[in-house]
Amino acid sequence: MSVVFFAIAAILVISGGIGVVAARNIVYAALSLLVAMVGTAGVFLIGLAEFLALVQLLIYGGAVVIVILFSLMLTRIQDFEFLKANRQWPIALIVAMSLLGLLGIPILIEDSTTTTMGSTNISELGLSLFSDWAIPFELASLVLLIALIGAVVVVRRDNGEDK
Amino acid sequence: MNMPEIVGLFFKASLLLFFIFMVVLILTLAERKALARIQQRKGPNRVGFKGILQPFADALKLLTKEDILPASANKQIFWIAPLAVFLPGFLIWVTIPLAKEVVLANLDMGLFYITAISVLSVMGLLMAGWGSANKWAMIGGLRAAGQLISYEIPFIMAILAIGILAQSFNLKEIVDDQARWPFAIKQPLGLFIFLTAGLAELGRTPFDIHHAESEVVGGPFVEYSGAHWSVFYLAEYMNTFTIAVLTVLLFLGGWQSPALPFSGIVQTVASLSWFLIKTALVIWVIFWIRGTYPRLRIDQLMSFGWKILVPASFINIFLTASVLYYALPHWVITVVSLGFLGVTFYFIKKGSLAGHKQDTVTIINSSDIRAQLSNRAEV
Repeated sequence: MSVVFFAIAAILVISGGIGVVAARNIVYAALSLLVAMVGTAGVFLIGLAEFLALVQLLIYGGAVVIVILFSLMLTRIQDFEFLKANRQWPIALIVAMSLLGLLGIPILIEDSTTTTMGSTNISELGLSLFSDWAIPFELASLVLLIALIGAVVVVRRDNGEDK
Repeated sequence: MNMPEIVGLFFKASLLLFFIFMVVLILTLAERKALARIQQRKGPNRVGFKGILQPFADALKLLTKEDILPASANKQIFWIAPLAVFLPGFLIWVTIPLAKEVVLANLDMGLFYITAISVLSVMGLLMAGWGSANKWAMIGGLRAAGQLISYEIPFIMAILAIGILAQSFNLKEIVDDQARWPFAIKQPLGLFIFLTAGLAELGRTPFDIHHAESEVVGGPFVEYSGAHWSVFYLAEYMNTFTIAVLTVLLFLGGWQSPALPFSGIVQTVASLSWFLIKTALVIWVIFWIRGTYPRLRIDQLMSFGWKILVPASFINIFLTASVLYYALPHWVITVVSLGFLGVTFYFIKKGSLAGHKQDTVTIINSSDIRAQLSNRAEV
């Protein structure tokens, strides 16, 4: 049963990811990002990390994608017609490949033993987040700020050409 | 999970869907009747006895109406948008208990699940606004996004304060914790924030600027008609019911009732009806507000959210957490919360935080007009 759910989640993630990169319309790309995020939440859910799945929906689905869309919808689509022909693609390729290696190598090296996990105990999670992991936790809250600034940067360039 | 379980789950889910359809039909009629009462009209009174079949007639009309797709609209996004609004609202219902045993799945993180899922419905409004390729729809969609993102903060903060007070995110445990004192008594400020921000999340009057007829025609819904429009309508009333139910669960003690001499199935039915009576009262207040207050202007709406509700919600959380941390008696929360509620009302009344004063109408003396006209005549 969980294989079926995993397949659905994986298809969502992969198709969403391809959509983000391949879509010529930037609003489509942002919506594909949402699909990928929902798929990731599904993967977390299969891993019995319900809390993480919900946070994924709340922060990435609810806040980041909406903030991105909010800014992008105020731009004109014509400006992004050649979205595919991006001069920075070699850098993106290097980053993506090294990330793939970083995540892929441990999977190949480690024995793939399945561990049984209980469901998340939310009160223990809260205690450790606010005592042992307080600073990383606060740093993580910068993610929304980064999304906002990123969206503003994309829009600002468009305004600069107008002047 | 095996086959019978999945079939059972589907059966329960469709039962839930049917229940929500029925509630929405009743609510549409109830709202029209309530508004009519406030405005000294009769309301719908033709179809069936005193108009009780009106919602069925409306639903039939909407479903048989032509579904129009604007020529320049973005087809996929335009068609998916109503579903993207409806689905998160419906998924919330998975974990909302109506009585002690009447719930689809009682999640330990129920409250957190509700906040996480409910924020996704903004996406549908944005998609509807953008996909319609219409200026009014676009402005309405962006207004909706701005408004919902702003009011999400006090909404979630009020919910978090309840989680702190009950020491649980499980809705059942939260209701059990209110056996003696409902949280409305402990956190009057929290109740005010939750209901106000909840109204804004629903986009109901006085916070309905994203589909304000006089400003943006119909906002994101302007190009929709027939069955697809009715999905938006369905979602709006379903969410109204959800907010009322959540208010009852979180603040008014849920199905907790005065001791009733029943047991077994009768007990369940009795507590369910007690719960629904409370919910109906909250819904009546929501309708009452709609019939009484005018719509806020967009700058008033934003400054009210950010300058009044957000600080108040932080105070609410801080107060609850510190009282619990220092193990002070709970009545301290009540007293201080009431004090801050008074301060909030003072600021609302004074209007000093609601942005600059802006006259929408200029009053000119009739004598001035006459003088101007006579001057012009002389020239």
